[in-house]
Amino acid sequence: MELEGTDERLRKVPLLSKLLSRPELGAIAGTILVFVFFGLTAGSSGLFSAKGIVNFLEVSAQLGILASAVSLLMISGEFDLSVGSMIGFAGIIIAIPPIMWGWPVWASVLLAFAACAAVGYFNGLMVVSTGLPSFIVTLGSLFMLRGLTLGVTRGITGRTQASGLHEYSDNDWITPIFAGQIFKTPIQWLSDVGLIEKRADGLPAISGIPVSIVWWIVLTLFCTWLLTRTRFGNWIFASGGEPNAARNMGVPVARTKITLFVFTAVAAALFAAIQVLVTGSADTLRGNQKEFEAIIAVVIGGTLLTGGYGSAIGAMFGALIFGVVQMGIFYTGIDTDWFKLFMGATMVIAVLFNSYVRTRAMRSR
Amino acid sequence: MQQPLVELKSVSKYFGSVIALKDVSFDVRPGEVHCLLGDNGAGKSTLIKVLAGAHVPDEGEILVAGTPTRFTSPKDTLDKGIATVYQDLALVPLMSVARNFFLGREPLRKTGPLKQFDVEFANRTAYQQLSDMGIQLRDPEQPVGTLSGGERQCLAIARAIYFGAKVLILDEPTSALGVHQASVVLKLIVQSKARGIGVIFISHNVHHAYVVGDRFSLLKRGRNVGTYAKNEITRDQLLNLMAGGKELVDLEQEIAKLGSYRKH
Repeated sequence: MELEGTDERLRKVPLLSKLLSRPELGAIAGTILVFVFFGLTAGSSGLFSAKGIVNFLEVSAQLGILASAVSLLMISGEFDLSVGSMIGFAGIIIAIPPIMWGWPVWASVLLAFAACAAVGYFNGLMVVSTGLPSFIVTLGSLFMLRGLTLGVTRGITGRTQASGLHEYSDNDWITPIFAGQIFKTPIQWLSDVGLIEKRADGLPAISGIPVSIVWWIVLTLFCTWLLTRTRFGNWIFASGGEPNAARNMGVPVARTKITLFVFTAVAAALFAAIQVLVTGSADTLRGNQKEFEAIIAVVIGGTLLTGGYGSAIGAMFGALIFGVVQMGIFYTGIDTDWFKLFMGATMVIAVLFNSYVRTRAMRSR
Repeated sequence: MQQPLVELKSVSKYFGSVIALKDVSFDVRPGEVHCLLGDNGAGKSTLIKVLAGAHVPDEGEILVAGTPTRFTSPKDTLDKGIATVYQDLALVPLMSVARNFFLGREPLRKTGPLKQFDVEFANRTAYQQLSDMGIQLRDPEQPVGTLSGGERQCLAIARAIYFGAKVLILDEPTSALGVHQASVVLKLIVQSKARGIGVIFISHNVHHAYVVGDRFSLLKRGRNVGTYAKNEITRDQLLNLMAGGKELVDLEQEIAKLGSYRKH
């Protein structure tokens, strides 16, 4: 058949140049670099013990949940600066009704998801219908949501935080979904055979894998599948790459973007649900600057700020770098004040590297 | 003589007090390249938009295969087999050739309960369609941004043909291209014609138009000032009509005058 000849030509593309045109490359290289660095400097400090690994994975997972959704939104050419406030907003919605009015926790969690979805829809609708940059629209939402959360919380409770939720959430069926642990039995077994260190009292150093890590991986895989293997994924790339061309080809650009704003908001609610149910408290200031951390993770992951190009897997590695560096600095005993300097510099280097890779990929004929 | 695939009968279009088109009649038959020539502001763009369903004419009628038709939207026009390839080509440079080829009409494959974008089919088909038209791709997954201008034009045309265009409206397909690239596109136009597609070729480049055209219509100030078959007119006559022979002579004299002022 003719196609045999076709396939032969397809294989002529050198593997290296194909690899170099992948958006994730920079983030993967960065992850290796960060692991090598902390392996050398923090190798004996416990960063790579079972407990240390779970610690940094948990940090990465929470940010990664946000970053996976934000990566899709950014590929579609939009920003959402309100995700940080949305986390505080959702957290308060989860915590206050059970504590103040005796709501079941599952109901307040569902309400938080619904409220965030509505805010996301509003953000998306504003951006699409006014044509204003999403940067400005969601900057407005950032402040409005934070102010609303503060005002309402202080109005109801007289304080800016709500604690003691464990009392209500521990017996709720919804808690294990967001704050549970899995693989408890295998971990116990691994500990018994000596692969996982034990605490002084003889119990394993970790009792299980936090379910947030599962959320992170599942969500990343889902976003990757959505991007690369569905019609909607094609629309995401096109909406960010060349919205006019997409519209001319019949792609519902507005609908695509609004859907992604809602999805991002739902991811923020998921972040909040995990955080609030794990810690048992909510604070109006929770999620502060998470919007920027998510953008950093996504950009390190190779997503273009202007949209049209990027990957959810890359964002996962971006979040992993974030978690490893944050906990690594803590474990090595370096003053944590330096963390932000390090992350900022990492992002700038990642952007330079990624833009170099991309121009290279676009030049190759 | 075959029935026109699409025909405009005494079409006029006004924008407020501006007469963009006045009494323009124009048609294209299967397997024919009908060139629409005209200077900037002659009304070419308006005519394209009327044909593409983006503008509704104020007077006159549009016939598709002999039946009076009213285009309700560009999508509706496309469904009737009339595809417009605009100058911006509606391509996304950062996306792969195959993804662009199927943009907005992605092939789906059912895997269990999920409907997935059939990437293999898209890659194979895009590669095959383009290679049938003489464009050899290195890889259907290469970004459109790595293609040359001519290849991009061909991709947009191949896409329209694959999705069942019977009439192709090409808006200045060669204007931004070098000699070699333009010849690739012109070859593709001849191929489309051989497939029985009616091609409306909009250009202000008489040299390109004359090579592939079967008929030539000249638009001036919103009016069709004449439609000629290829055997009725030479390239030079067409050039003269197009440039407005008298205007050129005037221009030459004026420039000569400017030159003589300098000397003194």
